[in-house]
Amino acid sequence: MSTRDPAGPGHNPARRQALSCLASWTGAAVVWTVAGGVPHALGATGSGTPATAAPDALTFVQISDTHIGFRKPANPDIVGSLRRAIGEINALPQTPAFVVHTGDVSHLSKPEEFGQARELLQELRVDRVHTVPGEHDTIDEGVTGYLKYFDHDGNGKAWYSFDQAGVHFIGLNNVLNFKAGTLAALGDEQLAWMKTDLAHVSSSTPVVVLGHIPLWTIWEPWGWGTADSAQAMALLRPFGSVTVLNGHIHQVLQKVEGNIALHTAMSLAYPLPTPGEAGIGEPGPVTVPAGELGKLLGTRQLKLVRGSHELALIDKPLAG
Amino acid sequence: MNHTLFRDLRPRLRACASLALAFGAAFVMPAILATAAGPATAVEVKIAKFAYDAKEITVAPGTRVVWTNRDETPHTVTSNDKSFASKGLDTDDKFEHVFSKEGDFGYICTVHPFMTGVVHVRK
Repeated sequence: MSTRDPAGPGHNPARRQALSCLASWTGAAVVWTVAGGVPHALGATGSGTPATAAPDALTFVQISDTHIGFRKPANPDIVGSLRRAIGEINALPQTPAFVVHTGDVSHLSKPEEFGQARELLQELRVDRVHTVPGEHDTIDEGVTGYLKYFDHDGNGKAWYSFDQAGVHFIGLNNVLNFKAGTLAALGDEQLAWMKTDLAHVSSSTPVVVLGHIPLWTIWEPWGWGTADSAQAMALLRPFGSVTVLNGHIHQVLQKVEGNIALHTAMSLAYPLPTPGEAGIGEPGPVTVPAGELGKLLGTRQLKLVRGSHELALIDKPLAG
Repeated sequence: MNHTLFRDLRPRLRACASLALAFGAAFVMPAILATAAGPATAVEVKIAKFAYDAKEITVAPGTRVVWTNRDETPHTVTSNDKSFASKGLDTDDKFEHVFSKEGDFGYICTVHPFMTGVVHVRK
């Protein structure tokens, strides 16, 4: 079940106040803390002056679903939307350690789309950008075309891991299709790699997992889930703090399962409907009135304070 | 002019037909069509609202099946036995395949693997 308040309503007055402040700051922002912690970075941002995070805090930004190559009425200027987000990220008072892109970099897996996306992402004034593939990035030749532009560690796989500031990050490819008529999956080879990778990580290390399609089943009829996500969750369950960042559904949803918090992000291209939305039977692009689109697209900034399991997320629409 | 028919022709054939029209030789067209299309009859399958319509079809051997993507989202037509596979089809893109042998040919959209269809080929 999805929830919009993992800590429970009224659970934490300071947090509630921060939520209220942030709502007025951005118009439609949603703030989240993980594992019921106090959101360190939020008070000052709520007053309109972005906070300076604690010296030992790691900050990074998540963007998702840029769909470079998309040219439809739902967003006639996706390049403009991405550039606007890049401008906002470059203007952050504290330069993020890196930016993660949770998939659907391109719309049709075309080389020129990957090339344009890579050029645009180079406008980000950060050390590096970590991407994972979406199903739109693997249309014609699986992950091969995507890897020509986004093979981060040169291993020829779209999955990888790295450590930063005491946090273990894992990038996954969960858009592989192994069986007709089912959800996409991680596959046995990748699950085996994940098990080996995590074997060297202590259970007190915070883990952040990046994957395109949600690692929990939100709406199976639309393919909004990962067939073998339960096996991945079983590997992550022993860890004290796990944060899973997904894209794919172009809207913010959260779920907490024990020590594992799962979050989907907004897109930078176009909105998708809510499952079960009246009159909409399929997950196609939604065209909204002029002036509304920016409220439905956006970025996410994350702050992790070393030595704690708390993690603050700020979802910020392009237009507040 | 039969617009439905024209829309379904391959670009090269369409160019030929246009050329014929340009020369005012409209009477040549039926001959061109018969030659280029061959004996195969065409059956259309529409891709709309993340589904193949019709999801199941039964055709005779030699039938040409033409899929057209009417969604704003890309889809593919990819057979389970790898005997045919389209590229990613953007809006209004087409893919066609001539089924020469009898059998049941299941296919999916690799972008959205919950989308399935089947072509039954029967004499």
